[in-house]
Amino acid sequence: MSVYLPAEFNVQIDHTLCRRCRRCVAECGFGTLSFKGDKVVADHKKCVACQRCVSTCPEAAINVVKNPLAYKENHHWTPEHIKNLHKQAATGGMLLTGGGNDKVYKSYFDHMVLDACQVTNPSIDPLREPMELRTYLGSKPDSLEFRYSENGEYKLKTKLNPQVKLDTPIVFSAMSYGAISLNAHKALASAAKECGILYNTGEGGLHKELYCYGENTIVQVASGRFGVNQEYLNRAAVVEIKCGQGAKPGIGGHLPGEKVNREVSQTRMIPEGSDAISPAPHHDIYSIEDLAQLIYAIKEATGYEKPVSVKIAAVHNVAAIASGIARAGADIIYLDGFRGGTGAAPTIIRDNVGIPIEIALAAVDDRLRKEGIRNKVSIIASGGIRSSADMAKAIALGADAVAVGTAALIAMGCRLCQKCYTGSCSWGIATQRPELVRRLNPDKAAQCLINMIRGWSLELKEILGALGVNAVESLRGSRERLRGIGLNETELNILGIKPAGR
Amino acid sequence: MIGTFPRIPSGCAISGMMSKKGRRMNGEAVIKSIALMHDRSNGLGGGFAAYGIYPDFKNHYAFHILYSSKQNRIDTETYLKDKFIVDRCEPIPTRNVDNITDPPIIWRYFLLVDGKSLYDNAGQPVDERDYVVEAVMYINNCLDGAFVISSGKNMGAFKGVGYPEDIGRFFCLEDYEAYIWTSHGRFPTNTPGWWGGAHPFCLLDWSVVHNGEISSYGINKRYLEMFNYRCELQTDTEVVAYFVDLLHRKQGIPLELTCKILAAPFWQEIDRMEPEQRAVYTAIRQVYGSALLNGPFSFIIANSRAMIGLNDRIKLRPMTVGIKDDMVYMASEESAIREICPDLDEVWTAEAGEPVIAELEEGVEV
Repeated sequence: MSVYLPAEFNVQIDHTLCRRCRRCVAECGFGTLSFKGDKVVADHKKCVACQRCVSTCPEAAINVVKNPLAYKENHHWTPEHIKNLHKQAATGGMLLTGGGNDKVYKSYFDHMVLDACQVTNPSIDPLREPMELRTYLGSKPDSLEFRYSENGEYKLKTKLNPQVKLDTPIVFSAMSYGAISLNAHKALASAAKECGILYNTGEGGLHKELYCYGENTIVQVASGRFGVNQEYLNRAAVVEIKCGQGAKPGIGGHLPGEKVNREVSQTRMIPEGSDAISPAPHHDIYSIEDLAQLIYAIKEATGYEKPVSVKIAAVHNVAAIASGIARAGADIIYLDGFRGGTGAAPTIIRDNVGIPIEIALAAVDDRLRKEGIRNKVSIIASGGIRSSADMAKAIALGADAVAVGTAALIAMGCRLCQKCYTGSCSWGIATQRPELVRRLNPDKAAQCLINMIRGWSLELKEILGALGVNAVESLRGSRERLRGIGLNETELNILGIKPAGR
Repeated sequence: MIGTFPRIPSGCAISGMMSKKGRRMNGEAVIKSIALMHDRSNGLGGGFAAYGIYPDFKNHYAFHILYSSKQNRIDTETYLKDKFIVDRCEPIPTRNVDNITDPPIIWRYFLLVDGKSLYDNAGQPVDERDYVVEAVMYINNCLDGAFVISSGKNMGAFKGVGYPEDIGRFFCLEDYEAYIWTSHGRFPTNTPGWWGGAHPFCLLDWSVVHNGEISSYGINKRYLEMFNYRCELQTDTEVVAYFVDLLHRKQGIPLELTCKILAAPFWQEIDRMEPEQRAVYTAIRQVYGSALLNGPFSFIIANSRAMIGLNDRIKLRPMTVGIKDDMVYMASEESAIREICPDLDEVWTAEAGEPVIAELEEGVEV
């Protein structure tokens, strides 16, 4: 049965400006444009509004607009529901999507404001005074011991667990090679090295060309165990057990065989052309004590020299789960909120499962403090961090660092068309098609990422200066510096903040 | 009495003096010194801490307590009698001073801990000082209208709403003799007019007077709460008293390094250190980041054997140190020292983040 679905977007070509160079035809990864007769024509139904043609047309002759086609107004049966039902009626399948949850849930970041100094305590000018963003991820003891030495100096007696340094409290989120291209990975890795931060391999293994960035790499051990071997673990700065992902809590992953080319196959250690299926749970983790075993198996394999992170999706009971993870021996807890992105997920899961990172982070930080074990773990928060302001608010709520995935993709050119799962990304990011991949120049993309991290860092310093503090640890968990606007009492209580005016 | 007031940012004046030989002096000099800096306060808070004032009760915990009402006093005394051996209790002597109005009921208690009380529910021994701290926290947080302003041995705090020189006369400080005096004149930008909110803040024999504001208060408070300190007063200065108690008394970190936790060196400085010192300070920043005091401050922190001056790490508040024979002076302004000791042997401006620690000479018994 065919689907009579109207196009979502209309591609408008100004034929008076068009000089028939046909560049747009080549640029579109989705086959929307073709040259027929003497002009470019568009198959509007194929357009995803990725703006590649618009951005690359030398004559600026193309525009993409939303199809103004009217559905009868209905606040319950929205056009999206109607379209999805038609698609499902035709296919009988699960509907897929990419990117993060785009629904109109409340964004708590947008209901929190930061403080600043006026008169009674001076703000600090980051251009004149040192402003420290350095952050260490890893488990910390509650206290230190020193001994007094012969030469009149104190020496450190306590041996600390491994700590990994970040020059600024940001890491790149987990995005696997397979879901995104090798060029995208190269850009993330080299930008992480340049910025003194970390990138994350995701669950797709570590390509040999990226071994040289080991010190800036978080490697993942996910339920599919793709690409996991001794060398993989030992190349990394941090090893992460991926238990969940904000975009699809509770479910696994599926990289279609078409995307598993020779390079991906070698990196993931699976046969070429075979589907790469990550089971929903780890088949050796059915309880918290199983997780503890895997944490210590990894610590044994890496000589207790690397922090072990556990990534979970933000779900209702996240605080208790995080407490269990801290007690199971993890050094880092990576919390991913429901706005977090994905290369592919069932739409129904992405849009309806999980909770916002702001809420999850506040609940976890509170719980760990109440139990007196907050020092045992570092917290990385992710899932929809859009700007340095979101980052500063997340840090004030209690995050040691934030992870950015979608923001990093956007910095590399992504327009958030959310069609990552098709493998047709016109920007060369979420694709393995060689003609598309080579559009993404890893050096230029890395520079874009470096610029973004630099911009955010400068802005964070400006925020700290306005707050009258000169080290990021003085903002970390300092909810006194946040106020809520338009939040009810329960929400304020969960976030641990006062309303504006108090 | 507490818990309902907003946090009060404040400016201020501080002055302290100490005889390293343990010679005791009455309160005239310290009042004169803090009075000179009258314009740094606004009449909404003044106070003093004095060490060595109760030689006849030097093994007793001296609790100075403010009460809102007689009933509050009776309720609190019931609690004290349950927890301690109360050897003596009396109102703290005061005199009428024109500018001091509406004082609370102010009493002092000389308390001993019965050794039999020092076991928890599981029969495990409890440190005597932890026992006292818990009692102080309980009274301040759970008993209505009662506030312990000091709880150390052979020391006490005298504070209230008013200019410090008026508070000093109100409490008849000329009648007390101490080898360490610290003092504070307060300039809060708003005030609930509450006596407990004045400085010094004390816990056991620690006292803190503070000029400035702790911009990192939010996280300092939450960090201390993990170690069961309850910062319900909503004044930033109390966290300092709790930090020195936690870090120095409980965790055994030397005073010098305790100060280096509170006003930690910058990374750019740490990165230039020799490897072993770098390891010390890197670990301090990694582990005690939430104990870093950020924002403008100068403190005078004291205990029975030491007086410590400490500035924030970019020196946003003033502090001058002077030495004359066995006397060490610290104050917001040099003039406040010269006022009581014009002929100093040495005088210098305390550096950002560098603690100045004056200790009783070895062998001095107080």
